[in-house]
Amino acid sequence: MSVLTVLLVALPLAGCLAVLGVPERVAVWFGVVLTGATLVVAVVVAAVFDYHRSGTVQLSVDGSWIPSIGLRFHLGVDGISLPLVVLTALLCALSAVYLSRPAGAPERPRAFTALLLLTEVGMIGTFVSLDLLLFFVFFEVVLVPMYAIIAGWGGGPGRTAAARQFILYTLLGSGVLLVGLLVIYSQTSTLDMVALAQRAGTGIGHTVQVIAFLLVAGGLAVKVPMWPLHSWLPDAHTEAPTVGSVLLAGVLLKMGTYGMVRIAVPMLPEGARVLAPALGALGVVGIIYAALACLAQRNLKRLIAFSSVGHMGFVLLGIATLTPVGINAALFGNIAHGLITGLLFFLAGGVAQRYGGTDLDRLGGGMLATVPRLGSLLVVAAVASLGLPGLAGFWGEMLAMLSAFRPGGDLNRGLYLTFMVVAGLGAVLTAAYFLVMLRKVAQGTASPRWAGTVIADVTAREWVAWAPLVVLFVAAGLWPGLVLGVTDGAVRGLLGGG
Amino acid sequence: MIQNVDYLAIAPPLVLALAGLAMLLLDAFLPRSGWTHAGALAGVLVAGAMEVWLAFDGPHRTFCVGETCSYVVDTFTVLFQSVMLIAGLVVVLIARAEVRGTRLPAGEFYFLLLAALAGALTLAAGRDLITLVVALEVVSLPLFALVALRRYDGRSTEAGLKMFLVSVISTAVMLFGVSLVYGATGTLFLEPISAALRRPEMPHGVAAAGAVLVLVGFGFKVSAVPFHFWAPDTYQGAPIAVAAFLSVASKAAGFAGLALVLTVAFGPLANVWGPLVAALAALTMTAGNLVALRQRTAMRLLAWSSIAQAGYMLAPLGAAAGVTGDPALRDLVAATVGYLAIYSVMNLGVFAIVAFAGWIGRHGGGLIEDYRGLFRTHPVTALALAFFLACLAGLPPGLAGLFAKIVVFRGTLTGGYGWLGVIMAVNTVLGLYYYLAWASRLFAPDPAVHFGRVPRYVTAAILVAAAGTLLVSVAPQIVLGVAPGG
Repeated sequence: MSVLTVLLVALPLAGCLAVLGVPERVAVWFGVVLTGATLVVAVVVAAVFDYHRSGTVQLSVDGSWIPSIGLRFHLGVDGISLPLVVLTALLCALSAVYLSRPAGAPERPRAFTALLLLTEVGMIGTFVSLDLLLFFVFFEVVLVPMYAIIAGWGGGPGRTAAARQFILYTLLGSGVLLVGLLVIYSQTSTLDMVALAQRAGTGIGHTVQVIAFLLVAGGLAVKVPMWPLHSWLPDAHTEAPTVGSVLLAGVLLKMGTYGMVRIAVPMLPEGARVLAPALGALGVVGIIYAALACLAQRNLKRLIAFSSVGHMGFVLLGIATLTPVGINAALFGNIAHGLITGLLFFLAGGVAQRYGGTDLDRLGGGMLATVPRLGSLLVVAAVASLGLPGLAGFWGEMLAMLSAFRPGGDLNRGLYLTFMVVAGLGAVLTAAYFLVMLRKVAQGTASPRWAGTVIADVTAREWVAWAPLVVLFVAAGLWPGLVLGVTDGAVRGLLGGG
Repeated sequence: MIQNVDYLAIAPPLVLALAGLAMLLLDAFLPRSGWTHAGALAGVLVAGAMEVWLAFDGPHRTFCVGETCSYVVDTFTVLFQSVMLIAGLVVVLIARAEVRGTRLPAGEFYFLLLAALAGALTLAAGRDLITLVVALEVVSLPLFALVALRRYDGRSTEAGLKMFLVSVISTAVMLFGVSLVYGATGTLFLEPISAALRRPEMPHGVAAAGAVLVLVGFGFKVSAVPFHFWAPDTYQGAPIAVAAFLSVASKAAGFAGLALVLTVAFGPLANVWGPLVAALAALTMTAGNLVALRQRTAMRLLAWSSIAQAGYMLAPLGAAAGVTGDPALRDLVAATVGYLAIYSVMNLGVFAIVAFAGWIGRHGGGLIEDYRGLFRTHPVTALALAFFLACLAGLPPGLAGLFAKIVVFRGTLTGGYGWLGVIMAVNTVLGLYYYLAWASRLFAPDPAVHFGRVPRYVTAAILVAAAGTLLVSVAPQIVLGVAPGG
């Protein structure tokens, strides 16, 4: 069965190479088939996964690769990685479907599909790696294809600069991360993530743990992105083509928080205890900062990009409490944000395609009247994102705040209560900017600018790409156990039964 | 005393030296550059075949006095000699078009090149200070002439002279260091030096001063900052093939010597030279990368980037003061050696493609701007260049470079040099900036210069480098974990 885990990585990799040999006109369909097949594998993995033992690594593969640096080809899934793997495979498949729209094929489709598949290799590989260096290798695999997607297929004139900023910024983060990972290795002489998590920091001195946590979490924080390391994100998301934004927001950001949950917190518990308050503080600053920035945005895509910073702030707050509830909230928030913001970026892409841009003032109002289905989807996605109870966005944020009410261990409760209050304020501001956006775009009357033009509503292919996301975030909102039931066992295992 | 020479052990450098002489004579009587080229190629290939034989034959030792030998072929030697032979092969392959195109005297060119290569191979096997110094001079002397071989170009002469002066000074400094070490320890063999240094009655100050001077001498050869001035001008003035040789084979020779001397001989003095090398490493990578950011010609960019890369290679050695015991020290050297081997194949790839671009105006390899849109006219070549640059930047899909980076980071952190690791992390970002600037130009829509067909031999050179890089991407194991005495 463990061949399934290898297939998750091998299928897109093989596809990435094979697609270079197919004619340009079938390349996109080739991508649909490959990402679809990967999604099928991911679903099969989810089906054979034993949910009663979600804390143990399943379907694992462990082979030697480069013994002299201790790098092993060690893959596996558990309750923490499984939802993210499925989310990644889903978003990649939906992206490929979205690309297959009659009017939506990218220029040079063969190269684009190859890059999409390579990105998928890196993303899924990051989530299934159980070896610190292998994790790092997959973590890095994503950079170049994502750079190329933004620089080669981006929309605006600033795309080259945005892409360069993205890759340099995140490379700096991963360089620091590598130093941190090797500090862990130099203290423990093992790269096995399962063993390291079980060890829970024994054998690593207090000071070293603090330094290593600073390096690992600091390196990952660029990817998350945590305020004030977020400045690459708005430009990259805004300039990237739709599919690029969807994957950036939907999956890439999760690699950072996943790394924190998987590596930083369990392997360096003492370091985590010292630095968690700082992590939480920066998280809530990010929430407020992003909300204020969103209120000032005049561009739909940029607004969604900044909202990501805020949502990831909630995720960071959850992690910073160091409690099972908080970490479950973080993992749930990851999934919810992936589904909702993925859809929001798809919709922004749809809007850009129809209106030739996403400038809010230029769009004018009345989308609900002119394109009722697209407008409704935008409303649904926006209210899901602002955390309306009953939709997925609610649980991640609510649980994160709840966990801040009762932070773990010897963390300063007063401080965390402050975090909770500030985060609550941020949630209100989040609601405010989304509602302002909806009032500007969805409601009201159509701008006379568009009077003569016929604007098409959601097409069949778009429904195929978007509907699964709506279904899933409604389902996860009504029945949060769908995700929490999977993650909870693993989280408790990771935190030593906590 | 009768010496029994193990001819198989010395076969690779011997074959190269004989082939070089033969080419000089051949060219004198039959001046056709095609023949000379074929002869040189055959010489490198035969030497390579000998090397393969040696690799499977187990260790060889020759020129021994009692138990200590001056010439040892172990895994360390085999790895270095293989890297140098691959470099020699690629350089000979890319030289063909350039020798013809820029009217270089073929006989002299191949003779000097093979002589330098023979010296480099000998250096990797040398296990006493005299052999090392002599071998280093055998590498350097032909190179002065090679660099200045474009006689009609004033910059070429200037480059040759600059390199000559710097090199002579460094040799003098190194010899002075050697004499101090000999005075203190009473031996020139590397292992006995190490044993002597462990004795308590050793005059430590003298030996340490000697070790530092030898280190400075090698610092010139590997163009570590602040001994790097000669490199950019020399690369720019030299024929492209010679610059490739300088950047790979000559640098490998310098590092082979450095690794041997520092660890086998001066291992007990690690707390003296370790911090010094760490400082050199930090300075070298930072200065190299910062200046590389501002370069506009391919050759100067490669010169500065190869200075920066030397900084990464020095980093694990710099951490030597933080470890105790020979096995730990050997791990650090193995990191340097591994990085060097991986760097060599990928850097050769870049040089092979730059050689294809050839002399554009007054610049060997042209401006970075000249590579705009190469993908439109030569998609495979452009992809290969982008791949090699990704390797140098240490980013997937350039897995080889990523593994090399991990190896040196790991070595550095084993010694507890976290600050050096962080400096390296920042430097990889600087490096990515200019590699990326070059690579992204390849995919621009409007070609700047019309390049012709890729010559057959250059294609072969690119293929050799690409095959080597792919091999170390998938199985870096083959070049990792190799240290002197292993």
